[in-house]
Amino acid sequence: MMNPVPMLRRLGASTINALWRLGFATRFLIATVRHTPAAFRRLPLTVREIYFAGVLSLTIILVSGLFVGMVLGLQGYDTLARFGSSEALGVLVALSLVRELGPVVAALLFASRAGSAITAEIGLMKATEQLDAMEMMAVDPIARVIAPRFWGGVLAMPLLGMLFTATGIIGGFLIGVVMIGVDSGQFWSQMQSAVDLRQDVLNGVFKSFVFGIAVTWIAVFEGFEAPPTAEGVSGATTRTVVTSALVILALDFVLTSFMFMR
Amino acid sequence: MNRTTIDLWVGIFVALGLAALVFLSLQVANLTGGTSGATYMLTARFDDLGGLKVKAPVKSAGVVVGRVADVRFDNQTFEAVVTLRVEKRYEFPSDTSAKILTSGVLGDQYVGLLPGGDIENLQDGDAIELTQGAIVLENLISKFLFNSTSGSDDKKEANGPEDEFEE
Repeated sequence: MMNPVPMLRRLGASTINALWRLGFATRFLIATVRHTPAAFRRLPLTVREIYFAGVLSLTIILVSGLFVGMVLGLQGYDTLARFGSSEALGVLVALSLVRELGPVVAALLFASRAGSAITAEIGLMKATEQLDAMEMMAVDPIARVIAPRFWGGVLAMPLLGMLFTATGIIGGFLIGVVMIGVDSGQFWSQMQSAVDLRQDVLNGVFKSFVFGIAVTWIAVFEGFEAPPTAEGVSGATTRTVVTSALVILALDFVLTSFMFMR
Repeated sequence: MNRTTIDLWVGIFVALGLAALVFLSLQVANLTGGTSGATYMLTARFDDLGGLKVKAPVKSAGVVVGRVADVRFDNQTFEAVVTLRVEKRYEFPSDTSAKILTSGVLGDQYVGLLPGGDIENLQDGDAIELTQGAIVLENLISKFLFNSTSGSDDKKEANGPEDEFEE
């Protein structure tokens, strides 16, 4: 029989460690948000981060969005045609993209494309003692490095989510209407009567916004807390992607249950 | 990369994102669908609503003229009372009838208004007297089954003696 005491001790230690990290991450977020004015006073810094997080993610977001929409068009048509209601394809494509796939898949792609880059960059800055050097020069690294990256990511994410959704719907349109030949008027008019601006579109944008905060927060925190070694930076980058993915999916469930259930 | 290029690309990115939002709200969600102008209220009593919901369209001759504002149950008459919010620019004769219809086979239910021939028009707060509730599929099927079985029974009864006679 195994002795339960060391196991319990390990469980306790890992719980305390997780709690400590969570508390530290929260304090880190508060410090970042408190330095928001600094990020917007030096606007070129934030714009630069929007460029790195947003513009450079455009390719992967647009291409993935188009293909996700096209696959939805094909699969949705195949299933709907069995019930003789292929005109509802627009509703299926639009609602699944606007409500779920748009925000979630865009956030997952954003975490692996931009989140990992943010973590690696900050982690490497820490490993090469650039952050310490800034502090020596009385430059707060949170104001100079963290806050612009945080806001760049938070502002870029909803835009990327909307772009993903829009290209996805266009992809569904291309397959459904242009290739298969579903009636164009039915496709759009059924979509318009089924999709509600506040209930569906704005909730989707809100979801992306929340995911943006979560992913960027995790990314900057992991980078800032990375052990200053090559191994530490690579581990932090991996953790960013894994934690972000789990947090996105868990948050998505929570947000969905609040938004769409009555 | 110098600053003006970054600014340009970020500008393009933000413009694209906003264009996507405009596309989603106008083309996908049909923002213009909300009743914008002045409206007036009509009530109608139905014996069965089927699946009619608040915000369902009110159509006349296929054109959306308003929305369902409220649905409630009258415990005195055991009927459903539906409040319709109709746009002011559309006026209907006071003997207009209301029907609950379904758009397509799997579509949503809506209220259809069929104008009558009266000279006076419906005013704010008036009630539509002539109504027809939703056709519930289960009732229709049970009616059909009942009729067909009773019909075949009759037939059997009628044929019964004949069969015996032939044997």
